[in-house]
Amino acid sequence: MSRRAKLCENALGRQVPLEVNGRAQTPFAGVGRFRPGGHKVGPPIPSNADFGNDKRVKGGLREALERSGVRDGMTIGIHHHFRNGDLLVVPLFDTLAEMGVKDLTFAPSALFPCHEPLIRHLESGVIHHIEGSMNGPIGRFCSEGRMKGVGILRSHGGRFQAIQDGDLHIDIGIIPAPCADPTGNANGVNGPSACGPLGFGLADSLYADKVIVVTDNVVPFPCLPWEIQGQNVDYVVEVERVGDPEKIVSGTTQITRSPTRLLIAEYVAQLIEEAGYLGTSFQAGAGGIALAFIQFMAQRMRARGVSAPFARGGSTEHLVRMLEEGLIGAILDGQSFDLAGVASLRDNPRHVATSPFTSYNYHSKGNFASQVGVAVIGATEVDLKFRANVVTHSDGLLLHGIGGWQNTLFADCSILAFPLFRGRIPIVVEEVMTVCAPSELIDVVVTERGIAINPRRTDLLERLKGSSLPIVTIEELYETALRICGRPEQPVRDLEHPVAIIKWVDGTVIDSVFCVGG
Amino acid sequence: MQGKVRVGRDAKEDLIVELAPAPGPSEIQLESSVATFYGSRIREVVRQTLAALGRESGAALSIRDRGALDWVIQARVEAAVHLAFPEQSGREALPALLDGARFEVPRDRMRRSRLYLPGDQPDLMVNAGLFGPDGVILDLEDAVAPPQKLAARYLVRNALRAVDFGRAERMVRINQLPRGLEDLPAVVTQPVHTILVPKAERGADVIAVAARIRELTERTIWLMPILESALGIENAYAIAAADETVAALAFGAEDFTRDIGAARTDEGRESFVARSRVVLAARAAGVQPIDTVYSDVGNEAGLIAATREAIGLGFDGKGCIHPRQVRTIHEAFRPSDKEVAYARKVRRAMAEAEQRGDGVISIGSKMIDPPVVARALRVLGLAEFYGIPLEEVSR
Repeated sequence: MSRRAKLCENALGRQVPLEVNGRAQTPFAGVGRFRPGGHKVGPPIPSNADFGNDKRVKGGLREALERSGVRDGMTIGIHHHFRNGDLLVVPLFDTLAEMGVKDLTFAPSALFPCHEPLIRHLESGVIHHIEGSMNGPIGRFCSEGRMKGVGILRSHGGRFQAIQDGDLHIDIGIIPAPCADPTGNANGVNGPSACGPLGFGLADSLYADKVIVVTDNVVPFPCLPWEIQGQNVDYVVEVERVGDPEKIVSGTTQITRSPTRLLIAEYVAQLIEEAGYLGTSFQAGAGGIALAFIQFMAQRMRARGVSAPFARGGSTEHLVRMLEEGLIGAILDGQSFDLAGVASLRDNPRHVATSPFTSYNYHSKGNFASQVGVAVIGATEVDLKFRANVVTHSDGLLLHGIGGWQNTLFADCSILAFPLFRGRIPIVVEEVMTVCAPSELIDVVVTERGIAINPRRTDLLERLKGSSLPIVTIEELYETALRICGRPEQPVRDLEHPVAIIKWVDGTVIDSVFCVGG
Repeated sequence: MQGKVRVGRDAKEDLIVELAPAPGPSEIQLESSVATFYGSRIREVVRQTLAALGRESGAALSIRDRGALDWVIQARVEAAVHLAFPEQSGREALPALLDGARFEVPRDRMRRSRLYLPGDQPDLMVNAGLFGPDGVILDLEDAVAPPQKLAARYLVRNALRAVDFGRAERMVRINQLPRGLEDLPAVVTQPVHTILVPKAERGADVIAVAARIRELTERTIWLMPILESALGIENAYAIAAADETVAALAFGAEDFTRDIGAARTDEGRESFVARSRVVLAARAAGVQPIDTVYSDVGNEAGLIAATREAIGLGFDGKGCIHPRQVRTIHEAFRPSDKEVAYARKVRRAMAEAEQRGDGVISIGSKMIDPPVVARALRVLGLAEFYGIPLEEVSR
């Protein structure tokens, strides 16, 4: 394999390859610049003559894969609604390895620490490359240039876009489901492994050549609600357990006790009110500041007697309480972070499951991410030009997937909130290692040591004049971080050897991740 | 010379230094979570610290770092060197002095909140000033386990030089006497405003600390004795009046209740008399009475009630063990609209009396006594501090 790639400069001045894994790539041209042509792709046309009402496969996953015609070089898609409690992905690839299949492309909507054992299949060549998210040891594996192919990172919306546009063709889509009937109708809200919506599996169900539903909870037809429709499903596989409910929801929904993070969250809530966004819709997440600001914002909403038309979840018990209290009109849910979220989605008609198609897909006739008033999200780095990174740590190693991050930036006011430095490493830097978003979509950076507003947002600067918030420039934040932490050295990377590319929401390449070390 | 020593903590923003005497030039083995960014800088800081201590040779250091800042690394290395080579502990390796770390505070400054910071936990110190406490206390006493006492002393000294605590009064709680006297040389020449003297029981305790400070520095350093025993309460006035540098008298409920053989309750009846006596003694000596900490960190309503109660008893401040308590305490000290309105009335009556050339101040038919006037002026002073308009806003 050639280590050199033909690179060209995109509209942000970043070096990106023109061809990746044998497919031509389009460099990022600017927000809203690239226009797709042609038609969406579609799966082969099936016939009822070939399908009974009971699609259960007696021989388990292996038989379903065999009957799907799995072979070398295919692409396997799967969703990540079981998060770190997923029990399927590793056995799936163990099975594929036993079957002697190799050079597969794996296209999960996200990966978690529990997927670390996949490294053996990356090493052996069962998996050629991953298109999805890479973090932890798998991120390191890729970052060190050990993956056979080049990784492709996409946002949740970008994954849907790539699948419908034909940029990512899923040969076999696997849909783990907490509840399904023999026909393949499935949902995520019933059964012992209930995980919430199954929206990340929607694209696979619609566009994959073969669709396999895997469940530990077969119910008689009809499985209601049928978020995944049996009319798209080829096979149903029963397994003992499809996910570990405790790990599906663990850890992320405790409100942080870190006084620094709480301070940042309070600043965010105050900023939202003073900038005139209290009572507009908002993006809700789990963990840390994203969860904490909601509490402080809710207090302010109560005090002012205002409510938000909807919240975009990540649902949690905190969001559910706001819905029940009338502080938000509806929860448009992409994934559930705790069991209260799952229960509310099942029982409350104002709490609905969404997919990346409705919420995030840029190649659709509008999506509701751009109808959100405020999004509060994190980042691994932001630079003096307000460009932000969410995938690599500043040491160059892939650390996170993009998730919905790029998509949520289309909110009217996007706020990046994080401590100014983490374990001595400054988050506000001169130039981000990897650009995942251009500066025109980053409006505010909130840290415990000051708040910087993108100079493009003159309206926000105007509204926040005279505020008691510590408003500073991004340069001041940068200098403060350097003063406390010292100036970091730059990690060594091979700038001729991209190991992964970062896709923008329209499928163009916004940046490359380069091989770390010598 | 001793054998291998080990200082520091396996915690974020801290490091563990193991040092063993070894022949030849000193060697540094480094493992760091931030090696990519700061590896060579950390080595350089360690080398400089060893050089300042005259230990360019004779030591083998093994360091495991989790993102400690330079001043923490310096303190840990210095502590290790001094523990391993106690016979040569004359030299210091001081971090650069932060701009703005040195400023004066008046004896009667606002002391509503004072935030305790364990003297051995650097990660809690770095952000403490952001929460806006009136004072931060770098604690060498109860918050530090005995084996870490020496290492904490270097850490606290370096924090005083290198950490930005904002406008907070910089306080250090030394160990109980006589050990506490040994803490003084490391701290009183640094940017510190106030020394807390734990378990003060006699005027002589305060005099000993004040005398030692005068030997070490010409600067005035305020003292805040903490009364936390029956004997301390019995001698409260003598302690408060023992030295002109005493600025405040604090009460410590935890040790006090143990000392009198009672259990600590939410209502605090067991310490009611003692707290009142702290207030009386402090006021009699012209210093500020400061109440104990509120230790149920998650209970905001309880903290508000406890602070209101302290204010009701006459205290000027309350202790905090968590940054989230600071603002709650400050809010509790905010004078109510009713208090401010009444104080304004009193002041207006005062002005009218003055115009009349009349010594008698009255509101309607009610005569106003001088203590009420004094109280009104205090409320208005507090109101000004909180930015509450001193004149009635016309509607």
